Formats: sequence, C-alpha cells, structure tokens
Amino acid sequence: MARIRVAMFVTCLVDLMRPRIGFAALKLLETAGCEVIVPKTQTCCGQPAWNSGDAPGAVALAKKTIAEFEGFEYVVVPSGSCGEHIRVEYPRLFVDEPEWRDRATALASRTYELTDFLVTVLKVDSVPGDYEGTVTYHDSCSGLRGLGIKQQPRALLAKVKGVSLKEMNGCEECCGFGGTFSIKFGEVSAAIAERKCDNILASGAQAVVGGDLGCLLNIEGKLRRMGDETTQVLHVAEVLAGRT
Amino acid sequence: MEIKSMQFKANAAGSLANVVLQGNLKNAKGKFVTRRAEAIKDLDDFEGTRDAAEAIRNKVIDNMDLWLEAFERKALDTGAKVLWAKDGAEVCRLVTEIARSHGVTKVTKSKSMLSEEAGLNQALEAAGIQPVETDLGEYILQVDNNEPPSHIIAPAVHKSLDDVADLFHKVHGTPRKTEIPALTREAREVLRGHFLSAEMGLSGGNFLVAETGSVALVTNEGNGRMVTTMPKVHVVITGIEKVIPTLEDLSTLMRLLPRSATGQPISNYFSILTGVKKPEEHDGPEHLYFILVDSGRADVVGGDFHAMLRCIRCGACMNHCPVYQTIGGHAYGWVYPGPMGSVLTPLYAGMENSIDLPHAATLCNQCGIVCPVKIPLPDLLRKLREKQTERGLRPLTERIGLRLWAWVAQRPRLYALGASVGARYLKWLAGDTDRIRLLPTAPEWTLGRDFPAPQGKTFRELYAARRNATPPT
Repeated sequence: MARIRVAMFVTCLVDLMRPRIGFAALKLLETAGCEVIVPKTQTCCGQPAWNSGDAPGAVALAKKTIAEFEGFEYVVVPSGSCGEHIRVEYPRLFVDEPEWRDRATALASRTYELTDFLVTVLKVDSVPGDYEGTVTYHDSCSGLRGLGIKQQPRALLAKVKGVSLKEMNGCEECCGFGGTFSIKFGEVSAAIAERKCDNILASGAQAVVGGDLGCLLNIEGKLRRMGDETTQVLHVAEVLAGRT
Repeated sequence: MEIKSMQFKANAAGSLANVVLQGNLKNAKGKFVTRRAEAIKDLDDFEGTRDAAEAIRNKVIDNMDLWLEAFERKALDTGAKVLWAKDGAEVCRLVTEIARSHGVTKVTKSKSMLSEEAGLNQALEAAGIQPVETDLGEYILQVDNNEPPSHIIAPAVHKSLDDVADLFHKVHGTPRKTEIPALTREAREVLRGHFLSAEMGLSGGNFLVAETGSVALVTNEGNGRMVTTMPKVHVVITGIEKVIPTLEDLSTLMRLLPRSATGQPISNYFSILTGVKKPEEHDGPEHLYFILVDSGRADVVGGDFHAMLRCIRCGACMNHCPVYQTIGGHAYGWVYPGPMGSVLTPLYAGMENSIDLPHAATLCNQCGIVCPVKIPLPDLLRKLREKQTERGLRPLTERIGLRLWAWVAQRPRLYALGASVGARYLKWLAGDTDRIRLLPTAPEWTLGRDFPAPQGKTFRELYAARRNATPPT
C-alpha cells in the first residue's frame, strides 16, 4: 500500500517553545506509516490576527498557508486551536472571494488535529510511548468545542503502556489562556488558570496532559507560580510518542 | 445607566482583590452550572428544542416590523395602549407623563433591565415620583444606595448573606437577622405597604405574544403578580425584539428559558397578562401601557450582529463564562455583563465607550454551547474586535504590533530569523532555570504566573539539522 503523504503544520508555539512536541508528532505519524513532509516556508496560520480583529492580516496568512499545504493528501496539526482555525474558520474568511473559499474549504476538509488524525483516519492500534503513572487530561476549548476532540486523545492514552487516566473536575473548562487575552488581561487570565490548576492538583495526577501548547504553557506557568514543582505538564504527543 | 465599561480593567482588578466577592462568585457558579446541566436532561431533545427556539427568534427578528405591528393591533384590541420609545430618555419621559396623568406618586417595580438601561429610577425620583423595587435582589440594591445589578436574573448575586444582614439592619433599623427566611420576611413586610399604596406598577416583559397581544412574565417571587395586578395602572417596558408570534412559540421558548437561567423546569411564577380589567373581572389594571423600546436595537437588524437580537436574557452565557465567573458582573460596567454584555454594551452604549469588552473573553465558546437560541457569541465578539480595528479604536501600539507581526509572518526567512532570536532571548531570560519570572515583552503574563522557558532552538532549526545529519532515504 502506498504510504499516506502527510504535511505537518508545526504551529508557531511548538516551533518557538517546544520543538520536541513537533518531533513527537513526527514520530507518531511516521510510526503509523505516513510519509511526513514539513513545508519549510510555513509560519503561522493567522489565527492570532483573526482573533485580534486584523482581518486583512488573517486573510493574507490564510492564503499563504493554503498555497503551501493544498498539494498534500492530509495536513496534520499538533494543536486543536490552529487545527480549528484551518478547519472551521478558513472557509469563513473568504466571503467575497469564492475561488479562495473553495480552496480553503478543500484544505479544511483534509486538515486534522493530531489525535483526531491518528484515531479517525489512521485508526492506529498501538502507539510507541510508555509512561508510568496517572495523568489527567485538559480538554482545550478549540479542540473540544470547535473540533469535537474528546475521546480521541483518551483512546490513544489508553494504548500507552503504564498510563492510567484520572479525570479532573471541570476538565472541559477553559484554562484562561485565550491567546492575546492572556497578555491583555493577565490577572484575570491567571485567576482563571488558578481554578484549573486547583482541579489538576485535586485529581492527584502526576501529569496534566493536553493537546494545545498555549493552554499547557499557561497551566505550567500557573502551577509553578503556585509552588507546585512536581506535576508534569505534557503535550499528548509527548506521552504517546515516548522518547524522540 | 451610567456606563463605566472603559474602566473594565481596573474594575476587574478590584473584583479579584475582593475576597468576599470571590467567595460569593464561587458559590454562585457551582449552583447555576450544575442546576442547568441537570435541568436540560429532562428534555427529550434539547438540541432539537434549541433549533426550534432559534428558528422562532429568527422568524421574528427577520421581520420585526411586521410582528410588532401585529402585536400592536392585538394589544390595542385588548384595551392596552402601545407607545414607542426611541431611547432611554423617551422611556423616562413617557413613564413620567403616564404617572403624572394618573396622579401617581409611587411606582412599584418588578425587575426590568430596560429601566436600568434608561436610568428610569433616577428620572422618576427627579420628577417627584417614588420608585420601589420589589424583586428581592433589586430591592436589596436599591436600599444599598442604588447599587447597580451584577447579573441579569440574580441582580444581587455578588452579595453574601452577611452583606444583606448588615444592610437590612442598617436601613430598616431592625435587629440584625442571619437566617434567610427572616430576612426575606423582613423585606416582605416592608414591601407589603408599598404594594398596597402604589398607584402604578411597572414591569419588564420576557416575551410579547403577537397572537394575543399579551406579555409573558417569568419570575420566581410573587412580586411580579402584585405589581402587575394591584395598582390601577400597569406599564410594561420592554425591548422591541421581545415579540414572538404565538402562544405555541411561547411554550417552546419556555422549555428553555427557566432551565437555561436557573435550572428550573418552570419558574415559580409564570404569568401571561392580556389587556385591561374587564367590567366583569375583579382584579387587574384599569390602564395598561406597553412602552416598546428601540435604544439601539433597530440599528442591529440586518447587520453583522443581527443574531444577538435572538437573545432571551437567560444569563446562561455569563453563568458559564470563565471571565464572568472570575470577576462578576460589575466589572463590565453597564447593565448587561458577561459575553452577552460584551456584545450588547458596544452595540447599545457605544463601541468607543467599551473598548475592552469584546476582548474580555477567551473565546472558549462555552457561552455559544449553552445559549438556548444558539447565538454565536464568540463570533460576534471577534467581529466587534474587527470593527474596532477598522475604526481605529484600538491602541496604536497594538495595531502596529499586529500589522508588523502579520507582515513578518508572510516572509518565511525573516520569520524564521525572528523565531530563532526570540527562542534564544527567552532562554536567556530563564537562565539556567525552567521558567521566566518576569517577561519584559509581555509583563501582563507574569503578573500572576511564570512563563515556562523554551527549549532554546526552534523546531525548524532542529529539523533542518536533523535532515542534514540523516539524508532522506
């Protein structure tokens, strides 16, 4: 069988902050038999511009991303937030440009959040990672409410040797990150994060796992400021892939 | 009502520092969210009912003029008078004129958010007419120096039992009581005299039914019935968007409104009031006035924010909003808090008077998910941000920053260079630790949390290095 050709959209935050998440995603896709291409010229999907009210900037970046990625069979994103922007918002960006809207719609239909792709498209029955201990899962807002990512990461974590999942209270509640919200209203954002962290700590899990680096940076930053030095904060790809 | 939305950030900081308020908010959050979640389980087809409710509201707001005329014809047939108010000032003028024409000196009020929009109480007082709030929450606020409400259905939700005990002790001059039944009894005793002596009653309206010319009132206290039936004059003040076609539609919407609002299958009181007292009837007002208010609503019709007119004022969006749950309603600075308020305030009170509100949301879409009439609140907030940018209302540094960032992101080499420098800069800030305690480029972040250190090199650098080390097969 011909290998599935997948383009990976790395995302700004993974590129800047946590390259190891990108490598973990790469490993998961390659282990599952995909040929993974990482287009060199990719930058940002444009979601921060769109959410900040800069429509022209958002449209320009969407066009750039569409042109770079539309030649691939699938596009996989290790983020519910960026994934949602491409899958749900891109077709809505081009109200007056039907040609671009069609291209956006075509790309959107082939773009998947990482865990969704592994479960829904590849239907993987094993993952390379192992993790000894209990984890709790934070459902990020865009992934959960935008893309319906709920069971996919849990189904995959269940395949990781040694992991047991302990759900926290309010796992579907926002962590308070909200992109630029976190730096416009820092105190409010951090206060929301505190509620999330209280729930994480109350779960007693060794690690909190999620699918969006924005949420994870917010949660880790708050946990450490609260004095918690032990709870690990991990992207789901890191747990699923094990050492990269 | 005076708009204080420009002070959102300072207001929010005050809310965060208020220990009592934080406790009250935490308590309220749990109740609203849990009760609603339980209540919607009763419905066989919650999502189907939401679709039906959305369709009913769309039917009306897409042809609002026709439905309003239909309502007006029916209401006139029942003996009511229908008046139209362009804005809050007209509401105040009309109510004052009605009161004067009937020789009214005291008005009992059931809760009306539109009277808050219009600042009606102050106008009545200025005209020498005494307004008495009879909804318990609104009463508490009125006797506490006219404090504004912090929630649309639970106006005094920011107050604790202790707060109310102290307040009643002070304003009623009675021994301090600490039991809720004793406090409500005390309020009832005070209000009873007002109910009996007021010459005019004033209420809001949850729905106006075009089919019958009726107003539907959803309340949890008996006050609404006292206000609307005891005085000889009843004035209904409500927004023009509140009209619905039929009683059948009312029953559909009522499956959702109390469940979404308070988690009740039905409110304690649900009244459908039609027309003036007939000769053979014993109770009811001799004079019934509808004041149907525009106050910015007509301008919303057909535009980018049209869907907002579907709103049935249940408050579920604010109850489920992480920002509202954290700072409460006063921080928003006007009549409507939470996500609905962050859309309505710019539309009705001016975009330039509420710069922060559309940004005071994480766009988590919890509000959109719970909205019984499926208003896409995050989309509307985002659209408002776009309008602000178009009108040049955002700070210059922010606008330049965004444009510059988008410009760089369209130039991959420059972007890659920027990211490399950025990753190293952040790594340098963290030193040999795993975190940054103070982030000079975004100090707001580190006010209440650390910023985790980056790995130090970008993915694209490491990926290129890896590709060079192992040539592709």
